[in-house]
Amino acid sequence: MSSALTPTPPAPDSIMVRSEGVHKAFGRVEVLKGIDLEVRSGHVMCLLGPSGSGKSTFLRCINHLEQIDAGRLYVDGELVGYRQKGDKLYELKESEVARKRAEIGMVFQRFNLFPHMTALENVVEAPCKVKRKSKAAAAERGRTLLERVGLGDKIDAYPSQLSGGQQQRVAIARALAMDPKLMLFDEPTSALDPELVGDVLDVMRDLAKSGMTMVVVTHEMGFAREVGDTLVFMDGGVVVESGEPREVLTNPQHERTKAFLSKVL
Amino acid sequence: MSTTTEAPSEQASPIKAVPVRHPGRWVATAIVLLLLAMFVHMLVTNGAFQWRFMRENALSSPVLAGARTSLVLTILSMIIGISLGIVVAVMRLSPNPILSTTAWLYTWFFRAIPRVVLLVLFGNLGILYTRFEFGLPFDRQLGNLLGIDINGRLFGVDSRTLLTGFMAGLLGLALSEAAYMAEIVRGGISSIDPGQHEAAQALGMSRPLTMRRVILPQAMRVIVPPTGNETIAMLKDTSLVAFVPVTNELFFQLQAVGNRTFRPFPMLVAACLWYLAMTSVLMVGQYFLEKRYSRGTRTATSARRWLIFFGGGNR
Ligand SMILES: Nc1ncnc2c1ncn2[C@@H]1O[C@H](COP(=O)(O)OP(=O)(O)OP(=O)(O)O)[C@@H](O)[C@H]1O
Ligand SMILES: [Mg+2]
Repeated sequence: MSSALTPTPPAPDSIMVRSEGVHKAFGRVEVLKGIDLEVRSGHVMCLLGPSGSGKSTFLRCINHLEQIDAGRLYVDGELVGYRQKGDKLYELKESEVARKRAEIGMVFQRFNLFPHMTALENVVEAPCKVKRKSKAAAAERGRTLLERVGLGDKIDAYPSQLSGGQQQRVAIARALAMDPKLMLFDEPTSALDPELVGDVLDVMRDLAKSGMTMVVVTHEMGFAREVGDTLVFMDGGVVVESGEPREVLTNPQHERTKAFLSKVL
Repeated sequence: MSTTTEAPSEQASPIKAVPVRHPGRWVATAIVLLLLAMFVHMLVTNGAFQWRFMRENALSSPVLAGARTSLVLTILSMIIGISLGIVVAVMRLSPNPILSTTAWLYTWFFRAIPRVVLLVLFGNLGILYTRFEFGLPFDRQLGNLLGIDINGRLFGVDSRTLLTGFMAGLLGLALSEAAYMAEIVRGGISSIDPGQHEAAQALGMSRPLTMRRVILPQAMRVIVPPTGNETIAMLKDTSLVAFVPVTNELFFQLQAVGNRTFRPFPMLVAACLWYLAMTSVLMVGQYFLEKRYSRGTRTATSARRWLIFFGGGNR
């Protein structure tokens, strides 16, 4: 474990994400071929792997943006996308799926901010329209969040007026505004100029420190080593290796992990 | 950054360069201005225009009533056309194959038939009126609304025939417009990055909410300019309802004056001026709409182009 961090452990031993033999295919192409893993509450899991190994797909399965074909996926003890009664699975209604998604924050490689809204409008949109928070309360909280990610002076800026790093921090604030119990990051710094990466990683580091449960797809080894509680190496739709980040990075057990690390390190 | 390499140069004086001359531009300007002057001179001196006669008749009350009908027809058919167009576009993009095929068939049919043919067809089939009644949610209310509107304006025409004629014209124009609008809206929606959909969904927004708050407002930027063109085209196409026949329409009334007085040409000029004026008003509306929906994007204005033109120099 990294010494700089003292995560406040919420409900010790509770599992936020549990994946059991998750399969996913697009047509005939099998992308996930049985993913087994667990993310404890308050922990940070970093996902690593070559392009096309299914990292994004797996993240998208967690908040049901993709439907899984086989296996079981639980978030906070509840099945993703289905309800189980006895032996039978019942598909959740669209509104129920949406309600569950609202509890999971997601941050994308390409930010995906709403370009026709200012930074603050981006942040308050979902709390107002989905959670039916009052405008004033949402704006108040939105301002606090934007300040927290270091953008207190950019509240009224449109995304096109912000740098990539600033946009990504707005996107993080937007996700946090829904008070998620889990945050998913899909290569949040891959589209950024090198000098902007640090600001975003700082925000994520603070978030981890505050006890947020996070699943982070990233190629930032420094971040994985320092902030991650576990590091999972995926290749070809399976988990090849996982463990304590420093351990996996310095002493990989599998040939594929070694080959990949030798290329990126 | 942690290190500063050198002190910035002390004298950062603003650039004062002689702009590139564009003699060709000025020659072209002179030629265009000359031609314009000749044209204006012709307008003023040629007796065939009969300006005074035109002025006296272009604003007579039947003509005004006709202009009003044309405008009302334009507005109503565009409102129905846009609303129905959005529905058809959303149907077309639906994962449900029955809905999307129905939408495709709709656009296929109404884009294939010329408006004149549609209007004559609708004018001749009184039965269609009752058939369309349950098809459009507000048509009875619209009918009532229009009935009052029109009765107040027309003399000597049976109000019942008129109502049917007007409705036939309105439906013909609106239904065909919906087909074109559906294509425009579909193009607008498809132009939006799928990441927008995904981000909204990830925030727990429902499909309709995503459409209303995230997708359509952005699609509007793509949708508004061609919709402006459609509105202008519609204003002009209202002259086609004479084929239904609906006679209290702008062009028909102007022509009627021309034919009655055996002076058709000035009234044709009057028609041009009327359509120019009404189109200009619509363009002002379009300008403000486009401005409203370009939030968050940067665009060069035509005012800036004038500035550069007179400034000579830079591109
Ligand atoms: N909607 C889709 N339809 C068809 N194939 C898809 C779809 N989404 C992903 N794939 C395929 O699934 C595979 C895994 O994609 P995924 O995006 O999960 O990889 P990744 O590990 O995130 O890669 P990267 O590091 O490049 O982001 C790829 O081969 C991709 O082509
Ligand atoms: Mg990916």
